Formats: sequence, C-alpha cells, structure tokens
Amino acid sequence: MADAGTAQNPPLTARQAGLVACHRCGRVHARTDDTCVRCGARLSSRDDTSLQRVWAWLFAGLVAYVPANLYPMLETTTLGRTADNTLMGGVIELFIHGSYGIAAIVFIASIMIPVGKFVAIAYLAMVVARGDGRLAHARHRTYEVVEFIGRWSMIDVFVVAILSSLIQLGSAASVKPGIAALSFALSVAFTMLSAMSFDSRLIWDADKDAVA
Amino acid sequence: MTDESKIGFRPEVVLADLVACPTCDTLHQMPAGLPQMRARCVRCHRVLINPRKSAMTNIVMLAITATVLMLAAISFPFLTLQSHGLMKKSSVIDTIMAFSDGIMLPLSIAVAALIVVLPLLRLLALLYALAPMAIGWAPAEGAEKAFRLAEALKPWAMAEIFVVGVAVALVKVAGLAQLTIGPAFWAFAALVLVTVLNDNFMCRLTIWRTLEQRRTPH
Repeated sequence: MADAGTAQNPPLTARQAGLVACHRCGRVHARTDDTCVRCGARLSSRDDTSLQRVWAWLFAGLVAYVPANLYPMLETTTLGRTADNTLMGGVIELFIHGSYGIAAIVFIASIMIPVGKFVAIAYLAMVVARGDGRLAHARHRTYEVVEFIGRWSMIDVFVVAILSSLIQLGSAASVKPGIAALSFALSVAFTMLSAMSFDSRLIWDADKDAVA
Repeated sequence: MTDESKIGFRPEVVLADLVACPTCDTLHQMPAGLPQMRARCVRCHRVLINPRKSAMTNIVMLAITATVLMLAAISFPFLTLQSHGLMKKSSVIDTIMAFSDGIMLPLSIAVAALIVVLPLLRLLALLYALAPMAIGWAPAEGAEKAFRLAEALKPWAMAEIFVVGVAVALVKVAGLAQLTIGPAFWAFAALVLVTVLNDNFMCRLTIWRTLEQRRTPH
C-alpha cells in the first residue's frame, strides 16, 4: 500500500506537536482553536470524559441485559395454550427442531456478541486507564470489531417484531412481543453508545513506540 | 509560491496541508496538489484518503437508488403467510405496529426509527450534502451540517439488519405455515447491496477535504 503523504519517523502525533486534530475530518488546528474550520466539530485534543461515559453506558447496557435474559422475548399462543420464549429458550427450541444454522445465528447474535462486547469494552477501558501500551494494533482491531458488530445484535428485536406482526392467525396461533424485547433493544443501544464514547486515540497514546 | 513563504508567513496554509489520523492522532503531510492515490496512516494503517474517480457521482447515484428501493420496501408486503385457509400479509408498517400497544409503544417507535426514518433521513442528508458537488456546483448551504448528520446516523440506520431479521423469521415460521416472499423483501435485499457498495465508495476524510476545497475555490 502506497503512502501518499509523508510522516515523521518515529510517528509524531498532533498532540505531541502542540496541535489539535479534529477527530471527525482530520483537519489540524492550533491549540487555541475550539471549533473545526472544515467540518464544525468541537475540538478536543483528547476526550477526557471518554472513559467515564464508556463505563456509564456499559453499566446501563449490562443492567438492561439482565431482564432481557430473564423475561420472555415472545409470548406464543397456540390453540389456547400460551408459551413464553426467553432468549436462550428460543435458541434451544430451534436447536431441538433441527435448525442448527439459525440456532447458531440467534445464539451468536443475542448471547455471544452482547457478552463478548461487554468483556471487550471493559478490557479496553481498563488497559487504557492503566496506560498500558502493548498490543496497540490488536487492541485497535478489537475496538473496530466491537464497533462494527454491535448494531447487528438488533436482529433479535426485529425478528420478534416480524413474528408478532406476521403470526396473527386468530385462535390458531398468535405471537406477542415480550418485555425482554424492549430491554434487549435498550441493552444493544446502550452498548453501542458505550463503544462510540470510546476515544480510540487513547489506545495509541499509551503505545511506547511513539513516545520514544 | 515557495515553501519558505508558506511556513514563514502563512501558518494556516501549512496546517491545512496536514492530516491527523482520527484513529491514532498521527500527523501526516498531505499537500492538496499531491498525486491522487490511496493513503493509509503509517501507524495504525487506517485509510486516510481514498480519492476515486467519480466517487461523488457514484455515491449520489447509489443514494438515489437506495431511496427509491427504500420507498418500495416500505409500501409493499414483504412476507405472506398462509395457514389453514387464513392469509396474512405483512408489510414494514405492520411490523412497526406490532409493538404499538401499551408499554411496548416506545419499542415500536424505536423500530420505526431504526428501519425507516433514520435510513431515509441519512440518505436525504447525504444527497443534500453531495448531490450539488456531483453535478459540479458549489456545495449547498449547510452541506457540512447535512454530511455531519449523515455520518452521525450511520450506525443507527439498520435497514440491512432488518433484512437478515426477515430471513431468520422466515426459517422460524417455515415449519408452521406456508410462507411467500413479497416484492418488498427483494427491494430490501437490493437495498442492503446498494448500502454496502455506497459505504465502500465513501471515504469520510476525502469527502470533508473535497467539501472544504469546493467551498473555497483557489
């Protein structure tokens, strides 16, 4: 890959050069500027409140994830009998019915991804707070994956909405959304906000190679 | 103009030629007159600039396509269910209304926002910001604001996730009843493809630089 621009070797950050860079468009400003002339974003060399907001949203996401697992996602009524489906219950049912592929998709989207995200964000926030500068590349990759994948957890909420609108066959079968759908949606949104609050430059600040 | 005069007398010119990687803050020098090629950050390897021939036109065309597909996807039924002589057609509106009673109303509003309102708003903001530039005009007033909005909405526009949700729902119900896929499903599927293509063409930093350059012609 060709590098069209030139950079210092070892790399020099805008902060080390006494400048402030816009996190949105990359425009570089003097330290005294507070609004980006290119895109109008508010300038800050580092977002000092980043980690606070990351933890706050993360805890909100965790709290919302508990009822999402305990309460039913779906209330299915078949010929007068009502059955409640929780997240994990739905996965097990799909598995028993032999839809292994779909069971895997739902399991990954609604159990593995949310839990993995909680762990990954907490890990990143902790190492960054400690000023640990190893593995910057791997950690940055982790952050990118978390940010990319987070929104896909919303799949389960959409499936519940589709099923509830589709299966309205009078007394034969009907499906109603459960309260867990709401808390799951909130959990996904909170975790997305947590990942967005994270200032990725913090991962690289601790990187020892650049400080030299 | 010599380099000396740039550095000595007009520091803002030099600042404008610098690009700081938004991911890791590393400074790069990128004068506007540089050969047009893709550049990555030397430290974290994020793509800093990705100039493509007629990228603007492509983005605008794809955004128009996506808007049309979106309107089709909303108005036609995307699944038809038949069981024991009963037939139920489901459109996006029906899906949104599924949560519409009582305590679930906020969820209904959120679903509507995620699969219809925000994706549409994002497309319109994108068109407003980039369409005038694609046909060679100066950017419209407030184009920066519109592009900022489009960027902020990106993670929350979930039309493509909804399509995968439809596929999952399809398999879940397959055993219970006879299901037929409606035209809206294909519109949505095409929408996913167009959205992926469009995001591929978009390079945030390149667009911001172009916006700025078109705004102040040298």
